[in-house]
Amino acid sequence: MPALLGLYIHWPYCSHICPYCDFNVRRDRGRDTDFLVDAIIADIAGNAIRMDEPRALTSLAFGGGTPSRLHASQINRILDAAECSFGFLPGIEISLEANPADNQGDCFKSFAALGINRLSLGIQSLNAQELQFLGRDHSPKEALRALDFAVKHFSSVSADFIYGLPGQQPHHWQESLQEIMALGLEHLSLYCLSIEPRTVFAKRHKQGLLTPLEDDLVADLYQCAQNMTAEHRMNAYETSNHAASISARSVHNLLYWQGDDWIGVGPGAHGRLSIQGQRQELATYCRPQDYAKAVSENGWGIQLQNALTPQQDLAERIVLGLRLRDGIHLEQLQDRAGASISRKNLSELIAGGFLRLNNHYLQATKPLLVDRIASELLC
Amino acid sequence: MTIDPEHIRNFSIIAHIDHGKSTLADRLIQFTGALSQREMKEQVLDNMDIERERGITIKAQTVRLDYTAKDGQKYILNLMDTPGHVDFAYEVSRSLSACEGSILVVDASQGVEAQTLANVYQAVEHDHEIVTVLNKIDLPAAEPEQVAQQVEDVIGIDATDAVYASAKSGIGIEDILEAIVEKLAPPDAGDSEAPLKALLVDAWYDAYLGVIVLFRVLDGVVKKGMRIRMMSTNASYVVDRVGVFRPKIETVDELGPGEIGFLTASIKQVADAAVGETITEEKRPTKEALPGFRPVQPVVFCGIFPVDAADFEDLRAAVGKLRLNDASFSYEMETSAALGFGFRCGFLGLLHLEIIQERLSREFDLDLIATAPSVVYELTMTDGTKTYLHNPADMPDPVKIESIAEPWIRATILTPDEYIGPILKLCQDRRGIQQDMSYAGSRAMLVYDLPLNEVVFDFYDRLKSISKGYASFDYTVEENRIGDLVKMSVLVNAEPVDALSMMVHRSQAENRGRIMVEKLKDLIPRHMFKIPIQAALGGRVIARETISAMRKDVTAKCYGGDATRKRKLLDKQKAGKKKMRQFGKVEIPQSAFIAALKMDGD
Repeated sequence: MPALLGLYIHWPYCSHICPYCDFNVRRDRGRDTDFLVDAIIADIAGNAIRMDEPRALTSLAFGGGTPSRLHASQINRILDAAECSFGFLPGIEISLEANPADNQGDCFKSFAALGINRLSLGIQSLNAQELQFLGRDHSPKEALRALDFAVKHFSSVSADFIYGLPGQQPHHWQESLQEIMALGLEHLSLYCLSIEPRTVFAKRHKQGLLTPLEDDLVADLYQCAQNMTAEHRMNAYETSNHAASISARSVHNLLYWQGDDWIGVGPGAHGRLSIQGQRQELATYCRPQDYAKAVSENGWGIQLQNALTPQQDLAERIVLGLRLRDGIHLEQLQDRAGASISRKNLSELIAGGFLRLNNHYLQATKPLLVDRIASELLC
Repeated sequence: MTIDPEHIRNFSIIAHIDHGKSTLADRLIQFTGALSQREMKEQVLDNMDIERERGITIKAQTVRLDYTAKDGQKYILNLMDTPGHVDFAYEVSRSLSACEGSILVVDASQGVEAQTLANVYQAVEHDHEIVTVLNKIDLPAAEPEQVAQQVEDVIGIDATDAVYASAKSGIGIEDILEAIVEKLAPPDAGDSEAPLKALLVDAWYDAYLGVIVLFRVLDGVVKKGMRIRMMSTNASYVVDRVGVFRPKIETVDELGPGEIGFLTASIKQVADAAVGETITEEKRPTKEALPGFRPVQPVVFCGIFPVDAADFEDLRAAVGKLRLNDASFSYEMETSAALGFGFRCGFLGLLHLEIIQERLSREFDLDLIATAPSVVYELTMTDGTKTYLHNPADMPDPVKIESIAEPWIRATILTPDEYIGPILKLCQDRRGIQQDMSYAGSRAMLVYDLPLNEVVFDFYDRLKSISKGYASFDYTVEENRIGDLVKMSVLVNAEPVDALSMMVHRSQAENRGRIMVEKLKDLIPRHMFKIPIQAALGGRVIARETISAMRKDVTAKCYGGDATRKRKLLDKQKAGKKKMRQFGKVEIPQSAFIAALKMDGD
C-alpha cells in the first residue's frame, strides 16, 4: 500500500506561553504576521516542486502555537496554496487547533466556511483552579461556550485535557472525567502532564516548587481514564487519544503513527518523506525570521535534511506505531523501513507478554509501557 | 673528612595531623637559615600535592640544619620528617631507628591524639630521648599545663621541661633547637674505617635523578664512585651522587657515621631499594645486616577498574608507574563480570589506599571505580594446605575448607569521655574485644581488638560521626584469627551476581544481607517485571527484597514533530545499555555496582 501524504502547518504564535509547553512557540506581540503567511505559502510551493511525483493530500493540519489566531483570510490563502500545489484528495481532513479564548466574534464560523472540517479545542481542564495552575487564559465557562460554537460549526470536534497535575488524586480525576464524558464528544485527547526541559514548570520543579506525581499514581490515573472511556465506548486508539468510532479518529495524526509521509511547513516543523525511495528527515528553521529568510533564499524553509538509515527509520516507525492500539502491520513496517526487527528481541517480548502478533499486526499489550517496549525491541 | 658525631643530632618529629608539625619544621628551617625567606614556601617538606593538601607526610624527608648553639659550638641537626600515619608504621619504625631522639609536638588546645600515642610509643621503643613541644600556646583555647599533665598521664613521659611554642607565630623556636642540642643524644661514634653499614630509610623516584635513596650511616663512609650492595637482594650499584637536603639538594664528598643523607646509583625502581634494607660495600661487605628488615606486606585490598573500559590500558600504565615509585603498593589483573577488566590492588592500609586512588585519578587523569576494601582470608583446607583468599568470588567449595582466619588489629581510640557509650557500642557491633579502658582527665583511651574486615568498611567514618570528629583512632595489625566466616552471595532475579558477594562473619550476615538487598532495591531501576533480590548463605536465603514492576514509561504526546527526539532518545538508551551489565533478564547499571560495592555497614 503506498504511503499517504499529509501537510502540517505550524503557526508558532500564542497570546501567552503556557508554563508546561515546550513546543516551538512565540509570544504574539501584535506585529504583522503576513510575512510568515507569505513564507509558508512559498514553502508549500517549494515542497511541492521537490516531490518525486505529484501527490495529493490526505490531510492538512494547522498546529502550533495557536493557529486559531490566524485571520480567516490568512488561512484562506494557505489553503489555496496547498490545494493549488498538491491537490486535495476527496474527503480530505482539514484540522485546526484552537484556543477557547480565541473565538472572538465567532471566528470558528468563518474557519468552517473556508473548508476546515475538524477542530481540536485546547480546553485542558474544566476546573478553574487547574486552569489557573496550567496558566491557561480561559475559564471553564468560556471553554464550554467555545465548545458549543465548535460543535455547531464543525462535523468533527475534539478536545484536549491534561491530567496528572501535582496533588491530583484518582477521585479528582474521576470527577473530571465524568464531566468530560458528559460533553458527548466523539474524540478526546487525554494527556498526562509531563515536565519538559526548558519550561516554566521545569524551572519550578528544579526549585522544588512543583512536585510531579509518582509514576505509580500516574498509572492509576491513566487506568481511571481507560475505565471511564471504555464505559462510554470511547476506548483509546492511541496512548492518549480516544474516539467513539473509527471515523472519529484523527486522520492526520494517524499518518504519523502509521508511518505515512508528511510535510511540515512553518517555523520548526518536521517532515518525513520518501524522496527517491529513501526516508528523509526534514526540519525547518525555528525562528520565524530565519524561516522566512530561508524560504526566500532557498525556495523552502528546510534547515535540516537527513537521509535516515533503514535502522533509524525502523526505530521511528516502531516508537510511533506501537502507540496505536491496533499496532503496526509488521511486514509493511519492515518493508517500508527496509530493515528487520531482531527476531530474538521480538520473541522475548512476546514470550514476556509485552507484545503480541494479531493478524500481522504487532501490538503492545501494555499501553503505558510502550516506550520501554520499543526500546527493548530495538536495543 | 667525616664530621664528629658529637656534633650531630638526628631527630624526628612526632605529631598528630594539624598539630603543626610541618609549620614547626618550616620554622626550624627558617631559623637556622637553610632557606631564604624568598625560598620558603609553606610546608617545604611535603613535596607531593596530596601531602600538602591533606597535611600528611607519606614519604620520609630529611633536612640538614646548621645551628650554632648558645654553647658556641656548631651542630648539624638532621630533621627527619616521618610519615605520621599508621599505614606507614613500618616506614615510621625505620625512620625512628635512624634517629636518636624525637620532638613530640602536641597542640596545646587539643591534647594528645591516638596517632601521636602510637608513634611516641614507637619512639620510646627505639630508646629515643623525647623533647615535648606544646604548640599553639598563643591560641585562646590553649591549656598548656593541662596538656602537659596529660602527656605525663597518658604517654607516661616527663613533660616538666616541655617547650612552650607557637610555630605559627615563631614563639619558642630557639628553645626547641637548644633542647635538641642539650637533651638529645648524639649518634654512636661508629667506625669510619669499618666496612660500610647504612640503613635505607626511604626511597622515591625523581624524574631527573632516578631513584633517590635516603640513608643513615652507622659504620664506614659512602662516597661517589663506590660500589654498594643491598644486602637483602644482593644487587649492587655504583654510587653516582652523595648529598644532603638543606632542603635543597647539596652534593657532598662523603657521609660518615651518624650522618643522614641521600645517594643515587642508577637504581631503576623504588622496589629495588626496600625500606629497612642494609646498604654495604661490594668489596668488603659488613658481616651482619641491620635487624628489623621486613618485606612489604599489603593488608587491605580493593579492585580498581576504569569507568570506561577503553581506559584499561591507561590504567595499566598508570599503576605500573605508581608502583615504580611506591613499592608498598601491589597489583594484579582482575576480571569482574560487573566491572570488566581492572586490577586487584594491595595497600598498607586505608589511608594508603585512598592516596593511591587519588594519585591515580589526579596524576593520571583516570576515572576509576574502586570496590569496597577487603582483607585477605587465610583458608585452611581439609587436606591441610593453606590458601589465601583475596576475592570472595574465588571462594572454594566450603566442604573443602577446614577453617577460615581473618586478620585482626589492635585499635587504640582516644575520645572525650562523653562519646564513650556509642563508641563502645560501635566496637561491640564490629565484633570488637575490649583490651583496656582508661581515663586521663576528661579523655578516655580504649584499646580494642577488632577484625580488620569490620574496620575497612566505614569504621573510621562512623567513629568520627558519633564523636562529632573528636575521637582519634589508630591501629596495628595483629595476627590472623579463625572465625565463623561465610561467603554471602547476592541473587538478582535468581541469578547470582558474583561481584556483589562478600565474606562476612556469620553473626553479621543477616544484617549485612538486609542492608545489601535494601540498597540494591534502590539502585537497580525498575524493569517491566518484578525482580526479587536475595542475599544467601549457600542455599539459604537470609534477606529478600522485591523491585516491583515498572508501570509507566510512555510519552504523553507523540506526533510527527517528536519522531526525531524519540529516535535520538532510543540511541541514547542504546548507548546507556553498554553501561549496563546483564544478569539473566536484568540489567544492572554500573553505577549500582559501584554504590553497592562501596556499601557501608550501617
